[in-house]
Amino acid sequence: MNLARLFPATAPPGPFRPGFFKSPLRGPWLTAILGSLLLVAMTIVALTGFLSHAAYMPDLGRNAIVPAGADLPLTFGWPLHPSWLYALNQGLHVTLGIIVIPLVLAKLWSVIPRLFAWPPVATPAMAIERLAIGLLVSSAVFQLATGVADAQNYYLFKFNFVVAHYYGAIVFVASMAVHVIVKMPVVLRAYSERGVLAPLRDDLAHTVPEPRDEDGLVAAEPAAPSITRRGLLGLVGAGSGLLLVATAGQTIGGPLRRLAFLAPRAEQPGSGPNAFQVNKTAMGAGIKPKMTGADYRLTVGLGNRTQAFSREDLLGMPQRTETLPIACVEGWSTTQTWTGVPLAELARVAGATGARAVLVESLQPAGILNQATLSRDQFSDDRALLALKVNGADLSLDHGYPARIIVPALPGVHNTKWVKALTFESKA
Amino acid sequence: MKRLREHYGDTPLHLLAHLAALALAGFAVLQLVGSRAVGNIALWFLGAVILHDFLLLPFYAGIDRVGSRLARSVRAVNYLRVPLALSALLLLVYFPVILSRSTSTLDGVSGAQHSGFLGRWLLVTAALFVVSAVLYVVRGRRAAA
Repeated sequence: MNLARLFPATAPPGPFRPGFFKSPLRGPWLTAILGSLLLVAMTIVALTGFLSHAAYMPDLGRNAIVPAGADLPLTFGWPLHPSWLYALNQGLHVTLGIIVIPLVLAKLWSVIPRLFAWPPVATPAMAIERLAIGLLVSSAVFQLATGVADAQNYYLFKFNFVVAHYYGAIVFVASMAVHVIVKMPVVLRAYSERGVLAPLRDDLAHTVPEPRDEDGLVAAEPAAPSITRRGLLGLVGAGSGLLLVATAGQTIGGPLRRLAFLAPRAEQPGSGPNAFQVNKTAMGAGIKPKMTGADYRLTVGLGNRTQAFSREDLLGMPQRTETLPIACVEGWSTTQTWTGVPLAELARVAGATGARAVLVESLQPAGILNQATLSRDQFSDDRALLALKVNGADLSLDHGYPARIIVPALPGVHNTKWVKALTFESKA
Repeated sequence: MKRLREHYGDTPLHLLAHLAALALAGFAVLQLVGSRAVGNIALWFLGAVILHDFLLLPFYAGIDRVGSRLARSVRAVNYLRVPLALSALLLLVYFPVILSRSTSTLDGVSGAQHSGFLGRWLLVTAALFVVSAVLYVVRGRRAAA
């Protein structure tokens, strides 16, 4: 079927005309090497993204933010070892998602002549492929833009970030996979003809255009080169490196935290045992002083049986100290030393050691994250605590006084603060 | 098979792979239709690519072309191009904090003060240009010697 007949034979003036794009660097090899690097990076970013979705254990209680049953059936019991697993996962997802941006920009620059191919479609195959490419580019830019905006708490959008970013990822993965399948032969041909790395050895005098290709990436009327191919890749690498330095410290911590000169959550608030990052302040969460005063009681329940404990009661129970990270979905993390009652001990007191799960509710009056459900594996792990103290001092109000959850490898917001009730769900 | 190739314009695998991918993407889009502010999602989905393809790319490619034309020598171009591109990249990614678009939100949720991003970005930009200038002079001398 020849669809080219639908369009005038002569391209309209401007970028549709051959000769408009001048760079002598564009060609199948350049796009192949950028695409190969991008394939590796984006695979990790996508994988860690879906792992983060699973880490929220959306099948339990009201944990699901993406409507329950409307996600891909790829969730599983998120492991508790090592305790920094979620910090690593999110550090990779966010940091790699940021440092991949110069590579994405370079890749899109390398294929921009394809956007103005003439005729726009010649066959049904080309039409369907261009539709898929449209989805790929849109979803890639959408995922990076929304992710970067969310990590900086820049809420210019009106939609639920989690929901849009999850389904955007599915569109991205689907369209990237088909793109890889379709273009792999072109990539392999470019490597076999030019070598995988050989063009990187060319100095400026030897930086000549690749032979003209059927996709029209190579300039018809190339300008003289002003940068080598290794220079361009070096620029991309320098951009990634700079973004890495600017960002990674908020995940890794220690002295690197001060080096993270643009990371939104690298600031060290105040001094003392409670001087570490706060995800949401007590004031922001709507916690009033009288809620956490002498009248505070923790309700621990199984079915209709409930018991109430004051903070003094909790301090009188067996205590345990663990050094565990809080790792935010936004990529920052901080490791502290927590002391409190093991959740397994509270399960024992409630007669609920065999319970399927436990619903943790916060004093926080509103918000979908004022509660979270933990699995049996999670509440029965020795290191899982209802923390009362941090670094030897009472928790500050902003860190969840009178009591907060801390569970190894759990996404940050599921470590519920200002806990008011633990309700164990019996087996049935 | 031959007829499919003739009418479709590519291999059967090409068609199958695309149908699979489009069906999966269709599933995702269908789930979004009922969600909050679906119009806003569509706007961002299309807006993001339009901003990139028709604004950002022509903008930086245009600056690069004009700059290259104005430069005294091919050698000089990259000493300007590289620090400028790196500084612009930092601004592109981190403009919400650099230009204080989101710092008050961050202050509100975290209780910490978020300031100094613009200053630090300017310092890094200055450092990039200084390093580039030093390299330009040193390499120029070495080439002349």
